[in-house]
Amino acid sequence: MKIVKSTLVSAVTVAALGLSAQASAGTTLDAVVKKGFVQCGVSDGLPGFSYTDARGNFLGIDVDVCRGVAAALFGDASKVRFTPLTAKERFTALQSGEVDILSRNTTWTSSRDAGMGLNFTGVTYYDGQGFLVSKKLGVTSAKQLDGAAVCIQAGTTTELNLSDYFRANGMKYTPITYDKSDETVKALEAGRCDVLTSDQSQLYAQRIKLADPEAYIVLPEVISKEPLGPVVRQGDDEWFNIVRWTLFALVNAEELGITSANVENLARSSQNPDVRRMLGAEGEYGKDLRLPRDWAVKLVKQVGNYGEMFERNVGMGSELKIQRGLNALWNAGGLQYAPPIR
Amino acid sequence: MSTHAFKPDLPPPTLSVGALGWMRANLFSNWFNTALTFAALYLIWLIVPPVLSWALFDATWTGSTRDDCAAGSGACWVFIQSRFAQFMYGFYPPELRWRVDLTVVLAIVGAVPLFVRAMPKKLVYGAAYLLVYPWLAFWLLYGGLGLEIVETSQWGGLMLTLVIAVVGIAGAMPLGILLALGRRSEMPAIRVICVTFIEFWRGVPLITVLFMSSVMLPLFLPEQVTIDKLLRALIAVILFEAAYIAEVVRGGLQAIPKGQYEAARALGLGYWRMMGLVILPQALKMVIPGIVNTFIALFKDTSLVIIIGLFDLFNSIHQATVDPAWLGFAIEGYVFAALVYWIFCFGMSRYSMRLERRLHTGHKR
Amino acid sequence: MQNPASGPSVRGSMMTDPKVRAWAFQLIAIAAVLAAGWYLFHNTQSNLAQRGITSGFAFLNNSAGFGILQSLIDYTESDTYGRVFVVGLLNTLLVSVLGIAIATVIGFVIGVARLSPNWLISRLAAVYIEIFRNIPPLLQIFFWYFAVLRAMPPPRQSHELGETVFLNIRGLYLPSPGAGEGLWPFLIALAVALVASVVLVRWARARQEASGQRFPVSLGVIALLVVLPGIAAAVAGNPFVWTVPELTGFNFRGGWVVIPELVALTLALSIYTAAFIAEIVRSGIQSVSHGQTEAARSLGLRPGHTLRLVIIPQAMRVIIPPLTSQYLNLVKNSSLAAAIGYPDLVSVFAGTVLNQTGQAIETIAITMSVYLAISLSISLLMNWYNKRIALVER
Repeated sequence: MKIVKSTLVSAVTVAALGLSAQASAGTTLDAVVKKGFVQCGVSDGLPGFSYTDARGNFLGIDVDVCRGVAAALFGDASKVRFTPLTAKERFTALQSGEVDILSRNTTWTSSRDAGMGLNFTGVTYYDGQGFLVSKKLGVTSAKQLDGAAVCIQAGTTTELNLSDYFRANGMKYTPITYDKSDETVKALEAGRCDVLTSDQSQLYAQRIKLADPEAYIVLPEVISKEPLGPVVRQGDDEWFNIVRWTLFALVNAEELGITSANVENLARSSQNPDVRRMLGAEGEYGKDLRLPRDWAVKLVKQVGNYGEMFERNVGMGSELKIQRGLNALWNAGGLQYAPPIR
Repeated sequence: MSTHAFKPDLPPPTLSVGALGWMRANLFSNWFNTALTFAALYLIWLIVPPVLSWALFDATWTGSTRDDCAAGSGACWVFIQSRFAQFMYGFYPPELRWRVDLTVVLAIVGAVPLFVRAMPKKLVYGAAYLLVYPWLAFWLLYGGLGLEIVETSQWGGLMLTLVIAVVGIAGAMPLGILLALGRRSEMPAIRVICVTFIEFWRGVPLITVLFMSSVMLPLFLPEQVTIDKLLRALIAVILFEAAYIAEVVRGGLQAIPKGQYEAARALGLGYWRMMGLVILPQALKMVIPGIVNTFIALFKDTSLVIIIGLFDLFNSIHQATVDPAWLGFAIEGYVFAALVYWIFCFGMSRYSMRLERRLHTGHKR
Repeated sequence: MQNPASGPSVRGSMMTDPKVRAWAFQLIAIAAVLAAGWYLFHNTQSNLAQRGITSGFAFLNNSAGFGILQSLIDYTESDTYGRVFVVGLLNTLLVSVLGIAIATVIGFVIGVARLSPNWLISRLAAVYIEIFRNIPPLLQIFFWYFAVLRAMPPPRQSHELGETVFLNIRGLYLPSPGAGEGLWPFLIALAVALVASVVLVRWARARQEASGQRFPVSLGVIALLVVLPGIAAAVAGNPFVWTVPELTGFNFRGGWVVIPELVALTLALSIYTAAFIAEIVRSGIQSVSHGQTEAARSLGLRPGHTLRLVIIPQAMRVIIPPLTSQYLNLVKNSSLAAAIGYPDLVSVFAGTVLNQTGQAIETIAITMSVYLAISLSISLLMNWYNKRIALVER
């Protein structure tokens, strides 16, 4: 009998633990407002993009995108909870509603956009696949990699690009596939493979995980286009718009010279009509998005503009030291371009 | 009349008593045995001294960074020391870790009377314990009602391993008993359902079940209902273990002589009373060792949650070994993990063996 | 839940008729199972439809586009997901078969050693058993892979054996045989030798039964199997052409390679499972009563024959059922391959393919059915064997 009772107890306990949040139907926005925070899917550990510090706080550019959405929506960037996801889990987690946004260095492709019930809201980082090799090998170009053993993370677009590239150049390779990017680094270090391939941004992040980063170089070739961006569920335009325009606002803020330091001053005193519109001093542009009037002020105040985000997490202000390159603004030779807020 | 004095007995030959005799009987009884003994000694000499000097004599015990270990040629236990708290609690906030400690202390203190043989009203106490403790533990670990809430994503380390194992077995027990009863039922439909359920879960690897819980379960549920990641893993573990428990309990049910069933029937007991009052108490007592063994298997299987990204003891240690600050100390990490798992599993298996001897009273013929 | 004895007033009503109640209970149970099934199916359907996820098994015909580390059949990136499935399945079977074979050998040796009259040997066996069965298999796999095999040298500093066999961190490189000029005569000679051996064994058994005289069968068989093909090779020329692995560029090419992932997985699974098998063997042998040994000895059987003809056949009856479940466990544990990147079914199909196509339900369902099928066939096979050796009572 005591066993039966203990079942009941554990069943109820378990139910209380689990079915806590968001059992309401309706649109994502309503659900998010009701529960009071944004549930954000991030990666399980990638320096610069999303990772946890020693105390378990989440940091990185992908993390900041979610904090930005929370700031725009609630005026408080801390109203966000993070779910670390493996590459394998990420799409199901979004499809099933476990997370509201998937901001996890995910490449925008047609099959993911159209066949999996997802919508990409924009591009936070223009990336491309590259190779990381030991200097000892004396390789200077990816074209010299015929016969190499290559470490890859399983189930990524990287795996497919790699095969395409070697086939196109008539070369052979041995794929060594691991579930986690950490393990690919470990394998490269141990000499299980000659070369590690991944998105270039990740290669820089992984290089600093090596015992002696100076002994490894990133080869110049970029063999693919990897536009990375946040993803939401298909068929919920309202929520899609909010995430998309949060991104655009971040880029526009940089273009207009709005920073976290001067945003409150500008909101009060700026005479530039673009700035006034964006910061809610003129017109009701937040209302169309079902956002507060001063959403962009809170956004930039709390997470900075796109440039600040970049520098802080992956740029010269970080350990990764990645150049802006393709991710510079359109008027500075890059690809980051956002439609105007008006 | 001369007295005939017996001479004292001669002592037995020195080669057949004492240490020498024992050695002759057990180690050098014939040439083959002697050869085996020397081979075994050589093997021991090959393995034990290097392992001991690596793990103990040449090891570095004090320090705070990897540089402190550069000098020693043995193991670097500084690595374990510096990450110890994380291996035990994961990312559970340091200032709240007393709650975890308290949960464990309460569990042990509360369970002690159950192991005192002379304790009166053990059953009542046990039932009360099983009724109260889970709530208390949940409240302490998760929070609410005045305690700060700690999300399950912050749970980790040995604490998470124990949570999965204990909740897994506690949830699997009742389900497993029901399944075992169903499998022995006289109603064909019930039997088929139970057999199918049991054989399905026993036929697939736990990894695929965990995969299923992490990538498929969300698709099975209505929209907007989401389940905590840890809870999903727990559900998978419970369903999986229930099938194994069911087979263990079935063994016990089969060992109860038919007379017991007939006697219970003759007393006019219905099915549930017969099972609850007569059969199950005997059957469960008989299969306690089997259940402990299932629990040991489950305890080892908890390490698989690494596949779905939960930070149990093993995953915490594995993650620490890829930390650039501590690269190259994988062996220390794995040895430490192995030691912790080993202590738990070995302890429980000894306990199960003792129980087996103590409970080996019933229907022995 | 009415107690029939305590309620004479309702006796005879429909509710208390055990047959009616049994029927009703079963109908309710079936209905509940069907309802639960329908509920899950319905949810899944509507979720898939609403989120625009394509379903069905058509993706199996699409081209995979990724490479696989080890494949027992020809495989290139342009092959289909269906072929990826076959590759993964064969890799799973390979590691299972190797693991079962090695675990059985180690397990029997340790199990017999555990009962050795030699105190030291029996203690050592006990230590082996207690250490390895109480550590999670996943941990053991990681240990062999990350701690032991990672200590191998890089390709350019390989350990080598006569410039034909090489061992380094990338694996064990062996020469591979190809068809030589004398291949067919060699194979024919081998077949003839096999048939002759069977005939010899039968003849020897018949003679022993008729006259009691024994014939050194094993010697005869070995002689046949060595001499006949040897003559064929000498006459018709070398049956095989060996391709020796060669260091070109980054890696060795040519020959066979045993990858470290396979070694780590097989080692860990065999060592872990062997600890359990040893205990099974020990209790099996102990279950044969000592009187059997004494009876055999008094009939004049030598110790070797006693063990082989009297003890083992009886012990096997006790050993087979738990041994079967250990084999099943090993097959299921082989799915831990995913953790170290050995391309087994779970790793390449339920992992990579799932991720590339997003077809979670289909891939997991296929994977689970494969394991179910393997489990069921091993159980059936072992049940058949168990029945064959079961005690035939008069």
